[in-house]
Amino acid sequence: MTNLFREIANTSAPDRPLTSVSTRRQVWLRALLSPDVLAPVAVGLLLLLVWEIGVRITQMPPYLLPGPLLVLQTLISEWGTLFPSMLITLRITLVAFVAAVLSGLLISILFTQSKWIERSFFPYAVILQTTPIVAIAPLIILWVRQAVPGESSTFVSLVICAWLVAFFPILANTTLGLNSADHNLVNLFQLYRASRWQTLRYLRLPSAMPYFLGGLRISGGLALIGAVVAEFVAGTGGTSSGIAYQILMSSFNLQIPRMFAALLMTTALGVAIFIALTLFSDLMLRNWHESAVKREN
Amino acid sequence: MNSSSAFTLSDVSKVYANGTVALKNLELTVNEGQFVSLLGPSGCGKSTVLRMVAGLGKMSFGTIYWGSSSQRHLAYVFQEAALMPWATVQENVRLPLKLSGLSNATANAAVAEAIALVDLKGFERSYPRELSGGMKMRVSIARALVTKPEVLLMDEPFGALDEMTRSRLNSDLLHLWHQKQWTVVFVTHNIYEAVFLSNRVVVMAARPGRVIADVAIAAPYPRTEDFRTTPLFNDYCREISRCLSSASGQAPQRADADRASGAV
Repeated sequence: MTNLFREIANTSAPDRPLTSVSTRRQVWLRALLSPDVLAPVAVGLLLLLVWEIGVRITQMPPYLLPGPLLVLQTLISEWGTLFPSMLITLRITLVAFVAAVLSGLLISILFTQSKWIERSFFPYAVILQTTPIVAIAPLIILWVRQAVPGESSTFVSLVICAWLVAFFPILANTTLGLNSADHNLVNLFQLYRASRWQTLRYLRLPSAMPYFLGGLRISGGLALIGAVVAEFVAGTGGTSSGIAYQILMSSFNLQIPRMFAALLMTTALGVAIFIALTLFSDLMLRNWHESAVKREN
Repeated sequence: MNSSSAFTLSDVSKVYANGTVALKNLELTVNEGQFVSLLGPSGCGKSTVLRMVAGLGKMSFGTIYWGSSSQRHLAYVFQEAALMPWATVQENVRLPLKLSGLSNATANAAVAEAIALVDLKGFERSYPRELSGGMKMRVSIARALVTKPEVLLMDEPFGALDEMTRSRLNSDLLHLWHQKQWTVVFVTHNIYEAVFLSNRVVVMAARPGRVIADVAIAAPYPRTEDFRTTPLFNDYCREISRCLSSASGQAPQRADADRASGAV
């Protein structure tokens, strides 16, 4: 699967000049027809077929298990209510993700500047990570409602919940990466009397890049999960919000096909986030890192 | 040969926290323009000497006196090429100048010159992963030369390379040294390499790290590959090899005792 992304990422590589739009289209076409795509798509179609036939033969009532065709129909007919909800969830996820990236990066840089700061604060980052978000989400929602009254209150509290889940992988990975610079290069920088800032800018940050990008991919998915879980908690309290609220309401009203449709949307969103981040990561590393270098054997 | 001293190590000892004596009462004066090899088995402290000269490691006792040169005008070539994998050859070579605050435009002439010196013209925009081991080492040497150093410290720079690449780089290095007249301190455990390159071989022994012989190689430069087959070359190799084996065979019981305690 990653090979496919690499192929697409390489399409825009400056060292491979593609003369016309049509060649670029050919590369895309070849990528889409590769076994990396065809094999999982075939398996998926087969499973859907078995599911549809199974539902029809057993005459399963749709409130227990709807067939995939019914789910698709529902998705189209309910698009008007489901899609805006998904956009709300997407917005929460994106804001939380950006906050997680910025804070994770800044805190990890702070950690590597002083062993004492890392020693003192890292355990608390772990505690934040290991506290189950479902358990503290009601508290966060309650507190934020006191601090931020009005419309944006729910949004802010959901962003905080999603951020709490998403920021740790960035922090942990980037801290590891910043500390993994080649010791010979560290000596070299010392020898040429590099300043702290120069060592960070020219050595530690580039060394940490692959680790940071790995954290980014984990964190993107977690931001979505955090947002959905927090929406569930908020939804139980009667606050309407994103796609999770729609899932919750559909299950309350036994609109199971609608619930499946909303679920499908959430999954698609998660996959889209993962693909986007993988493409981004390969694009950043394609010139030098083993994980992204294309080898001709 | 110019005889003013580049630097002097006086009564230098190094003891690690675990009690290992890496160096004991070392006295070493390196003269300006000399090509000195530090030769010895692993664990004799030859790399430790180099790191202390570069200011990368602290001495437990003793002093370094700088003569005509200073610690600011030295360059260091590591055992591995130690290149930044995310940067091109050009950017890697430019690094020391960038760290001293020079703009790219001012640095470019020096960078191009250093790359030309090590025969890597045409590879400026390549990434380290696209280069062979020997070429990576050339980049590493170019990076050391770009600041126009007076003293060049080399820590087994060709140890990981194959024999043919190694002798090619030996000749090239000698050629450059002859041109530029740096002071070179070259750490190696290869007797032939040491004799071929240096005009002085300092033989060291381990436990504790100390100098056991100081051999002047009185063969004229420029030295060509033919030098390796002369009787003079062989005589020097034999003499140094004898020094090394007599040092290791000096006190067999002590060595055994050390090995036994080391195995615990």
